Amino acid sequence: MHRTGDLYGQFETLEQQKQTASLGMWVFLVTEVLFFGGMFLTYTINRSAFSTAFGIGSNTLDIALGTGNTVVLIMSSLTMAMAVWSAQVGKKQLVSIFLIATLGLGTVFLGVKAIEYKQKFDHHLIPGHGFDMKYHPTHPMPGDDPKELALENKEVEEALAHDPDINFHGQLYFSLYFGMTGLHALHMIIGAGLLLWLIKGSFAGRFTPQYNTPVEIVGLYWHFVDIVWIFLFPLLYLIDRHR
Amino acid sequence: MSEHIVSPKVYLAIFAALMIGTTLTVWAAFQNFGPFNIVIALGIATIKATLVVLYFMHARYSPKRTQLVIVCAIFWLAIMLGLTLSDYDTRPHEMQPGVSRLEHPIGGGSCVGG
Repeated sequence: MHRTGDLYGQFETLEQQKQTASLGMWVFLVTEVLFFGGMFLTYTINRSAFSTAFGIGSNTLDIALGTGNTVVLIMSSLTMAMAVWSAQVGKKQLVSIFLIATLGLGTVFLGVKAIEYKQKFDHHLIPGHGFDMKYHPTHPMPGDDPKELALENKEVEEALAHDPDINFHGQLYFSLYFGMTGLHALHMIIGAGLLLWLIKGSFAGRFTPQYNTPVEIVGLYWHFVDIVWIFLFPLLYLIDRHR
Repeated sequence: MSEHIVSPKVYLAIFAALMIGTTLTVWAAFQNFGPFNIVIALGIATIKATLVVLYFMHARYSPKRTQLVIVCAIFWLAIMLGLTLSDYDTRPHEMQPGVSRLEHPIGGGSCVGG
């Protein structure tokens, strides 16, 4: 294809090329909105039908880790936005620094998510054989708060008296929890890969005020993943906290 | 048509607003507002998402056709959520506690609140 520097033949100017690329990214993000929208819809319908089980499931999540991760992810959006700005004003070194910061914060987010998943495995909260909303004290974990666990157990006991199916409905909550946060994490992993590619480019000094489309486009993707989490956090972590 | 560069000051202001929103939403979750807990939580999340789209994603400074695509996304999402939920909400499902899930494989009931 005919190409002059960074400008491909079918475009008149770099400005037009960039606007076209970002429009294309937005069209992709529309499909992502509807993709995640379907899961939020499934979640809403099941939550309204099985609100007790969803409330109990939500209360087993660690709110400190969840809130911390929200802060980390929003900070990574800020550093991503700053990377775009650095490229636009031609501060090549700052581009690399902000991209590395974004990747670092993204990695912290995924690490915390892994700790949370491990906790759910330890507490028999993985849907399938062996799932039990009542915590098994046969394997006490170092980080467990006995008072919190006693409270959770009491809640489950009370709910079981009214509805013997609470363990089935609880699996529905955790299926959605792992499905939604898992797909969100997959998006983060893809985003981390894209960031690595950008960091490589920034070390080569590829991004300038004239040409910074890749930083802008990956930025759009990264911010979108942030938005998904902005909705996931209150929906998954903050149900029925006022007990 | 020259590119609009959003300054770091604006980014920091938006970041601060997002942090305040996060604090508010966690605080609100521990208060008992009855059926309004979910309304408040989703309201704050929507405001946060709007700030991210407008400033971090530069939608406010984007060409009209990009803005049109964003509005379309919201519109289609509204169709999917609105029609599906109104369908579920108006069907006479029965979800009785204690009845085996095998007799009622599909969950239903009111979709409002929760």
